[in-house]
Amino acid sequence: MPEPLAIEAQELTKKFGDFTAVDRITFTVKKGEIFGFLGANGAGKTTAMRMLIGLLHPTSGQARVAGYDIYHDTEKIKHNIGYMSQRFSLYNDLTVWENMELFGGIYGMRDSEIKQKADEVIEKLGIGRLKNRQVKHLPLGFKQKLAFSVAIFHEPQIVFLDEPTGGVDPIVRRQFWEMIYEEAERGITAFVTTHYMDEAEYCNRLSIMVDGQIKALGTPGELKQELNSKNMDEVFLKLARQQS
Amino acid sequence: MIEFRHISKSFAGTAAVQDINLSVGEGELFGLIGPDGAGKSTLFRMLVTLLLPDEGEIAFNGRNVVDDYTYVRSHVGYMPGTFALYQDLSVEENLHFFATLFGTSIQDNYHLIEGIYKQLEPFKKRRAGALSGGMKQKLALSCALIHKPLVLVLDEPTTGVDAVSRKEFWEMLQKLREDGLTILVSTAYMDEATLCDRVALIQKGRILRVDTPQGIVARFGKPLYRLSGAGVQRFLPLLRALPQVHSAQPFGDSVHITLGDEEQMDEVVQQLRKAGYKDGLQPVTPGIEDCFIDLMLEANA
Amino acid sequence: MQELWVIITKEFKHIFRDVRTLLILFGLPTVQVFLFGYALTNEVRDATIAVWDQSHDVTSAKLVNKLLASDYFKLAGLPQNYDEIKDGFRNGDYMLALVIPANFAEDFNKGQAKVQLLLDASDPNMANILASYTGGIVNNFVVQELGYRPPYQIVSELRMTYNPELKGVFLFVPGVITVILMIISTLLTSIALTREKELGSMEILLVSPLKPAIIIIGKVIPYMLLSFMNALLILTLGLLVFKMPMLGSFLLLLGELLLFILAVLSIGIFISTRTSSQQVAMMVSLFALMMPTILLSGFIFPIDSMPLPLQIISNIIPAKFFIIIIKGIMLQGVGLEALWQPTLVIVGFIVVFTLASVRSFKIRLS
Repeated sequence: MPEPLAIEAQELTKKFGDFTAVDRITFTVKKGEIFGFLGANGAGKTTAMRMLIGLLHPTSGQARVAGYDIYHDTEKIKHNIGYMSQRFSLYNDLTVWENMELFGGIYGMRDSEIKQKADEVIEKLGIGRLKNRQVKHLPLGFKQKLAFSVAIFHEPQIVFLDEPTGGVDPIVRRQFWEMIYEEAERGITAFVTTHYMDEAEYCNRLSIMVDGQIKALGTPGELKQELNSKNMDEVFLKLARQQS
Repeated sequence: MIEFRHISKSFAGTAAVQDINLSVGEGELFGLIGPDGAGKSTLFRMLVTLLLPDEGEIAFNGRNVVDDYTYVRSHVGYMPGTFALYQDLSVEENLHFFATLFGTSIQDNYHLIEGIYKQLEPFKKRRAGALSGGMKQKLALSCALIHKPLVLVLDEPTTGVDAVSRKEFWEMLQKLREDGLTILVSTAYMDEATLCDRVALIQKGRILRVDTPQGIVARFGKPLYRLSGAGVQRFLPLLRALPQVHSAQPFGDSVHITLGDEEQMDEVVQQLRKAGYKDGLQPVTPGIEDCFIDLMLEANA
Repeated sequence: MQELWVIITKEFKHIFRDVRTLLILFGLPTVQVFLFGYALTNEVRDATIAVWDQSHDVTSAKLVNKLLASDYFKLAGLPQNYDEIKDGFRNGDYMLALVIPANFAEDFNKGQAKVQLLLDASDPNMANILASYTGGIVNNFVVQELGYRPPYQIVSELRMTYNPELKGVFLFVPGVITVILMIISTLLTSIALTREKELGSMEILLVSPLKPAIIIIGKVIPYMLLSFMNALLILTLGLLVFKMPMLGSFLLLLGELLLFILAVLSIGIFISTRTSSQQVAMMVSLFALMMPTILLSGFIFPIDSMPLPLQIISNIIPAKFFIIIIKGIMLQGVGLEALWQPTLVIVGFIVVFTLASVRSFKIRLS
């Protein structure tokens, strides 16, 4: 029996008029894998991700996310994924508790489920005394970790993380990645977009997009070896320069 | 050139920076390295006269920035963190606008920005909003330089910018430094520290250390080792429970640990073997990030 | 000076490159004028009038002719006594009746002539407009006949039937001008200034050697010019398309217009010095200013018929005073001697808000 796949994309393409934002990308992400989706600004990362989470219709190509077709089953996909971005993840003027209640409710969880799950999260993050505090008053590190917990609150199969740890301190960043690893052990797949290469080193496998195409795909070690580079920064620069 | 003396500032009772002492020499490329919320922007805003310190004083080229704010304002080139130019004005219009604000013209000071602006000239009629991230940065830098400032103050210029553009940006800064400009730059990305002459590591409004990047690494006093291999993160709980291990942190696909002293390495390896770890411990040279973590742990302890 | 100039030109570029701003600037006033205009002036044109001329002399005939020659009135009856007039009103035959007493020509030459105007004031707005129009035409007639403006004029004695105290004014041109000026001057100015704060460019402007006054003046002048142009556009539409009467001095009207623009601009600046996001500035402009302006300035609802607390509150609405002024000039043909009080109030607004803005504009961020 083949390994179950969380995401499989085949020749996925998106054109805006004459401009090809995403050009025939093909890749798979295994269940429980932490997959890094890298690329420069404007390389097509966001467009590709929007197609995968059902916000944009592809021009051509096929893709299945959590086993569902991205053309026809977008509603099912939405129920089976979680999403967190650096720009927005939690409502600042709601309390910790209210945010969890809200997102649990959005995904149709029952009150008892929400309560149980919320207690788990609060205990895990050790923020019991902060649970009735508005999110904007939390330290940045907590906010980030809480946002991740909320993104996976409804036990999605895949969580999409859009530049999740920009600007946080190195310790919090590590705690954050440890959380991702822990969830990956439990089988949740993480799809991480970023253009920060040090973030990339934390991924099991990654792809690098340049001008709408996937130019490299593999584990960080493989890519470094392939391009004869000592770190991901160098890998990225070499790929981008090849292009221009 | 610049000196912060016992600077403190709080907002609504919350301390943003506390008792900061820093001095930046003429012609230095100085980096303020720290996460969001560490107080980097507050420090810069006080320097460029946008905020008043609660305590302490700041000297800019020998002048007090509070009393002599007009002097500072005409001699500093400032790029705020949030600002991305006027998107609806063209490249040329943006530059012209900022030149005129400071009572100069593009022609008079063209030589200052030539190296950077040359690459933008083919697009000078294009609206700033239609430029790529890297181009926008070049334009913003040109705008901050056009009035021939003594000091360039850049607040997180590389946030949200891709690796290629970031590298180019730092190359530009290094060139400007060679021309004798004093540059203060802040960033949340530790790896950029090595590109500065000197850096201050800042966390929660306090300075953890000020030194050259090499100096900071050299002062890392503990033996540092790396564990590698797929799934190595699962040993973290075990490592943290060991009394010999000072700290254990994931580092990309590997784990970095510091020990009390080198002798204890064998004991740690033994424990790891029992848990199923196959490879050995490789000693590694610490990076700025290792140092930052170590200093943070020390400060928190 | 050059610094001021670049700020002004930059602001114009922002405005002309943003389709939405342009639409608000030029589309909105035109649409409003036509909306309000057609909703109203079709009725004012050819209003039905009855004339009871007890004098039957050359002068009275001339006056009646002059009234009927205008586009506003259509003769709908020649009653011979008050009872007939009453019946006519009751049957809805006409909306107003003009009563010219006997010996009109004689009295006129002595400078003591009187005419009586009776109006169906069940629609107070309409009645008031008709009264103003008639008054204006009668006054014009006097000037024309005598060849000079007499020290005292025909006294039109108004008697409103059904609503003897006559409340309410609906004057769409003054109303639209006022609302549009509020939108452009207050809303756009406060947004334009807070936008710089949001963008972060305010930090650069503050750090530059520019004086704060230059920043503000430079950002405000374009909106002032555009507001003024807009007011002219609305006036022109009102005068040409909807045949609004213009009885007073045009120059005075322009002067008052400029004053009012300054007043609303100073409010816009004040809002922007106190808010830091475009959203907040917009909310404040719309809800704290626009709504009260529309509701309490007498533009739609007559102030006289409001409960006392609202009448008191209406005194802090600059638009109320501007509407009094513009109505006075356009429809009653009065000059500054009659309008110095509301003018002074508007000047007061300018002074207060300019001072308040200067006080709250900060040369630093906090």
